[in-house]
Amino acid sequence: MLRRSFGQAAIAAAALPLAAPALAQGGPLELQFWHGLPQPLGGLLEKIVADFNASQTAVKIAPSFRGSYPETMVAAIAAFRANQAPHIVQMFEVGTGTMMAAGRAVKPVYELLAETGVQIDFNDFLPGVRGYYAAADGRQMSMPFNSSTSVVFYNKDMFRRANLNPDQFPTTWEGVEQAMRALKAAGIEAPLTTSWPTWLNLEQFSAIHDIPFATLANGFAGLGTELRINNPLVLKHMANLQNWSREGLYRYGGRDNAADALFPSGQVAITMSSSGLRARISNEARFQWGVGMLPYFDGTPRAPGNSIIGGASFWTMNKGPRDTRSAAEYRGVAEFYKYISGTEVGAKWHTDTGYLPLTRASFEAVKKTDYYQRNPGADVPIEQMLRGTTSDNTRGLRLGGLIEIRNIIQEEMEKMLQGQQSAEQAMAAGTTRGNVVLRNFERANRG
Amino acid sequence: MKKVIFKGTLLPYLLLLPQLAITAIFFFWPAGQAVYQSFLREDAFGLSTEFVGFENFLDVLHDQTWLDAAGRTLLFSGSVATLALGSALFLAVQADKHIRGANAYKTLLIWPYAVAPAIAAVLWLFMFHPNIGLFGRMLNGLGVPWDYRLNGNQAMLMVIMASAWKQVSYNFIFFLAGLQSIPKAVLEAAAIDGARPTRRFWTIIFPLLSPTAFFLLVVNLVYAFFDTFGVIHSLTQGGPGKATETLIYRVYTDGVINLNLGSSSAQSVILMLLVVVLTVIQFRYIERKVHY
Repeated sequence: MLRRSFGQAAIAAAALPLAAPALAQGGPLELQFWHGLPQPLGGLLEKIVADFNASQTAVKIAPSFRGSYPETMVAAIAAFRANQAPHIVQMFEVGTGTMMAAGRAVKPVYELLAETGVQIDFNDFLPGVRGYYAAADGRQMSMPFNSSTSVVFYNKDMFRRANLNPDQFPTTWEGVEQAMRALKAAGIEAPLTTSWPTWLNLEQFSAIHDIPFATLANGFAGLGTELRINNPLVLKHMANLQNWSREGLYRYGGRDNAADALFPSGQVAITMSSSGLRARISNEARFQWGVGMLPYFDGTPRAPGNSIIGGASFWTMNKGPRDTRSAAEYRGVAEFYKYISGTEVGAKWHTDTGYLPLTRASFEAVKKTDYYQRNPGADVPIEQMLRGTTSDNTRGLRLGGLIEIRNIIQEEMEKMLQGQQSAEQAMAAGTTRGNVVLRNFERANRG
Repeated sequence: MKKVIFKGTLLPYLLLLPQLAITAIFFFWPAGQAVYQSFLREDAFGLSTEFVGFENFLDVLHDQTWLDAAGRTLLFSGSVATLALGSALFLAVQADKHIRGANAYKTLLIWPYAVAPAIAAVLWLFMFHPNIGLFGRMLNGLGVPWDYRLNGNQAMLMVIMASAWKQVSYNFIFFLAGLQSIPKAVLEAAAIDGARPTRRFWTIIFPLLSPTAFFLLVVNLVYAFFDTFGVIHSLTQGGPGKATETLIYRVYTDGVINLNLGSSSAQSVILMLLVVVLTVIQFRYIERKVHY
């Protein structure tokens, strides 16, 4: 108890200078909003918040940058334990499973809207975006905001040098392999890399081929889920990566997005990464480049399916284990969510940042302008999100401890690419270790 | 030795208070929290708590990846201490000679100590990164397949070098001071008796330096165990695979990234016990054999 009261006192002392003026003037109710977007994206987000604050007088949302996504998540959890959680926290997609199981720590969006009577039409949202943050029965849990997906970026100059068609990226892995060999023969040192090793090579790969990443609808249907990554298609892809790495066709660029640097600097011909890499490539690349959809193995039934998203959503948090919020606070949060789902706000955010538009209305609004003519390929991520029919395998992932699982798979892939183990051993070890994480999470969140 | 005697008991306790308060708040309290947490299994938000006794400890001790990390930590700490002590001693002996501009050399050798671990790591990254590092590119250009992101041994070599480099300056200062406190008369007498420099070093200088060396060994081991987090975090994040994951890095990953507080606390408690045991052994058995 000593710990808690001390923590409260410390945080209250830190927050006092901020809260005091608002109380003294009897001004609008202040709501804390923690986000994890660095500049320039953070600035654009805070501009939206400022516009919202100017649009009404009931509440004032105070945004504050809390470091990277994982840091923001840890900070919000610690604050909740100390009874000082922010009203709204931006949480990256891999933290979704953890937040869903957080019980009374969070206020689900559907409850928030029902209690405050604020209307948001989630039917108009892109299904892949909305579904990632909805419960298995479709009820909205968190407010989607910045979503990206992954696409292919390729160097058109290098494609020309290898006598490949620069205007059409191969649709299948078989085609990609041929292109890689042609590029290698034309003297390009490293034809292919993939950023975000687990997200691209396992999570997106499984969605594109419409095969499960884990049981129970990728975890949407319950905490008892188990990894299913040890399957023939994934093994085929892993064995390919291992062979290509040995032959010098594929270059492993490091964990998370460390490989992002390789493409704009012209060291690789093809990269698969977040669609959000677009802005950096536009700034840095000194060559002609194109955007393509993620490839699939020829002849796979139901492929290509839609890709899944990355990015982050907004979670409404309760104050602490023994504290709740007032109706006015909830109302302010709900109004803010309504504001950001507006067509113009969404369209501007999409064109400013390259993130996906939230709603079809926003997408249509941008289509009416000449944005996609001026920025060829900017609509590829959206078209890729909308293709196929969404199934249990392509809605997204809902796994507790997904951050840890991603790291485990990265470790096993690294051992595999070093030649210390085969693709079968890597995926078997990843499955065993990942399932331990899932069981621990299930046990900790049962009651 | 002159003793100061205070009247009454209030003043001495008052004077001790700040130090006691700091020890209590920054050491005993968190350590107690860790012990408490190590017996619990909790979700990240602390909403459901289950008392599990020693289960967290048993899980950790039966976890092959943790045992591997323990072995790795021994290798890592031993290498860092050996490398840092060896090169510092060599440099100190050289700088102790009568050479032109000795002070300039000494200053330069002490400088790296002022560099924060993370900055030191970035420095090494810019030298040895296979794509952007000067030497990394050079090695690859010469046909050496250098890529510490995929080669575990190379990654280990990187973090050992970077960690040891950081610590050389500290050791250097102490060795230099130790060398300068050795009476010149002893060395001169030995020289007159016909002892060559190498012999003088091993039979006179080295034994007389042993208290310094012992002290530095302890400091270096503790440094390698606990203070190398920044270097590992910035350079390899424990990878590739688990090739550079030491025990302290593992505590961080399991606690902060994976939000598994119970296991992370159990690991810290084990580390804490390890330090207690090390300290006892060092001061009870080894210290007696050291010449003071």
